[in-house]
Amino acid sequence: MLGVGLLGFVMLNGGYLVTVLGLAAIYGVFCTGLNLFMGYTGQASFGQSAFAAVGGYGTAILCAGHGWDPVAGLVVSMAIAGLLALVVGYPVMRLRGHYLAMATFALGLIVYELSVEWSGLTQGYMGYAGIPPLGFAGHELGTERAQLGALVAIMLFGVWLAERMKSSRFGRALRAIAGSEPAAMALGIPVSRYKLAAFVVAAVYASAAGSLFAHFIGFISPEVFGVPMVVLSFTMLYLGGIGTIWGPVMGAVIASLLPELFRGLKEMQDIAYSVVLILMLIFVPGGLAGLLRRLARKPT
Amino acid sequence: MRTPEQAVVPLLAASDLTARYGRVVALKGVELRVDEGEFVTVLGPNGAGKTTLMRALMRTAARTGTIRFRGEDVSALPTHALARRGIILVQEGRGLFGQMTVRENLDLGAFTRPDRAAGEQRLGQVFALFPRLSERLGQMAASLSGGEQQMLAIGRALMAEPKLLMLDEPSVGLAPRVAVEIIEALGALNRGGLGILLVEQKAPLALRLAKRAYIVTLGRIAAELDAASIGSHHDLAQYYLS
Repeated sequence: MLGVGLLGFVMLNGGYLVTVLGLAAIYGVFCTGLNLFMGYTGQASFGQSAFAAVGGYGTAILCAGHGWDPVAGLVVSMAIAGLLALVVGYPVMRLRGHYLAMATFALGLIVYELSVEWSGLTQGYMGYAGIPPLGFAGHELGTERAQLGALVAIMLFGVWLAERMKSSRFGRALRAIAGSEPAAMALGIPVSRYKLAAFVVAAVYASAAGSLFAHFIGFISPEVFGVPMVVLSFTMLYLGGIGTIWGPVMGAVIASLLPELFRGLKEMQDIAYSVVLILMLIFVPGGLAGLLRRLARKPT
Repeated sequence: MRTPEQAVVPLLAASDLTARYGRVVALKGVELRVDEGEFVTVLGPNGAGKTTLMRALMRTAARTGTIRFRGEDVSALPTHALARRGIILVQEGRGLFGQMTVRENLDLGAFTRPDRAAGEQRLGQVFALFPRLSERLGQMAASLSGGEQQMLAIGRALMAEPKLLMLDEPSVGLAPRVAVEIIEALGALNRGGLGILLVEQKAPLALRLAKRAYIVTLGRIAAELDAASIGSHHDLAQYYLS
């Protein structure tokens, strides 16, 4: 309800908030994928930005460089990201906890370095400009509002898909792995294979988010897919409620809007934002989704 | 000429089973056998290696040695493939998924058996054995009482259609009456033809039903008792006291 109201208000008023919400929807896609791996499967990946970079650069090179249709660029980039996740994940998924976190973090750094140094492909530090807006079969979505509509629709589709996965046999197996790996194995769940599958799915989501970002902003550079992206997505996950269906999206929206809310505070903006984040993490440990669930359970 | 004894292929046969934690040998050269439909118990004092034995059989601990299941050499199979063969362990501490509902835990038990109709039938059997579970389906596993959790752990294992059900101290932390209830349920399952390997500290409880018992001390099989000698389990004390 609140979400629909917010979207309606922004659609009518337009302006800068359209961009903010568009980015929130893109992060919603990114975090929904990450949530499958970190929330449901209980694994850590600090390198999802690498797959967003694959999507962003895939789209930039295919659509801006070779004039491909955005949808084709999106899908092909997702396939490449999925393949990369499969190849990298196969050895890496044997690691656990901190080691897995470090290995994935390294993946993020490697892809970042590649996007800086391989300037023949990525145009290096200067970044890739002139990426066309989202469109389908030759029809560009001309206005920002139309693009926001498309982004929200795509995000909702991503959430719907994640919900379907969560309640499937696949999703139950992932949650079992999060609960206890030995117990999951002892019930016949091939743990490494399922972890790898979750990693690939999360990578495909991340790649889609990267592609959408490239179309929405029209410009990407290595900095876009750096460590700050990882930190921001973690903030969103924990703020919204990790391991819940709507948490990642709620977190993405709130973490995107909060800085705008404090814009009037000028130099105090970052401090106010951080204070609110810390307070929420302390007092709403299950995230917003967890809070809403608790409130729903205890009707006053 | 083959003697009848040789002709029978045991359900599970482990030989020269050895397990280490780092450099510490926790289990050494264990020989163990469970026949089809047999109820075998593993007894021994705390820290003797009973849990390690279970984990070594299930390969959730590193081990060497040979394990045959119904004649097939399964030594090299990973844990999930053993479960698929029908070797199911109810591990120490139950290994439930606390943040999932009773129903979800039971469904996960049937992970390797996706046939829905057969699953519903097994669910009915589990409810017949533990009626209380059917009243708790929507509840989080963590919110169950200890006895109910153990029932759920066994129920979940049964959903996997086990050929050999292994249990690691299912009576731990339970009120005596509930522990007896659990053990009697195992007896009923065994009478239905299920092979059972039960690790217990409470020897009298386990010996009520077991046809054979292995006594484990210091990572080795110290003795093997059959039904006849189990009757006078005065001898048992010596293994616990040594």
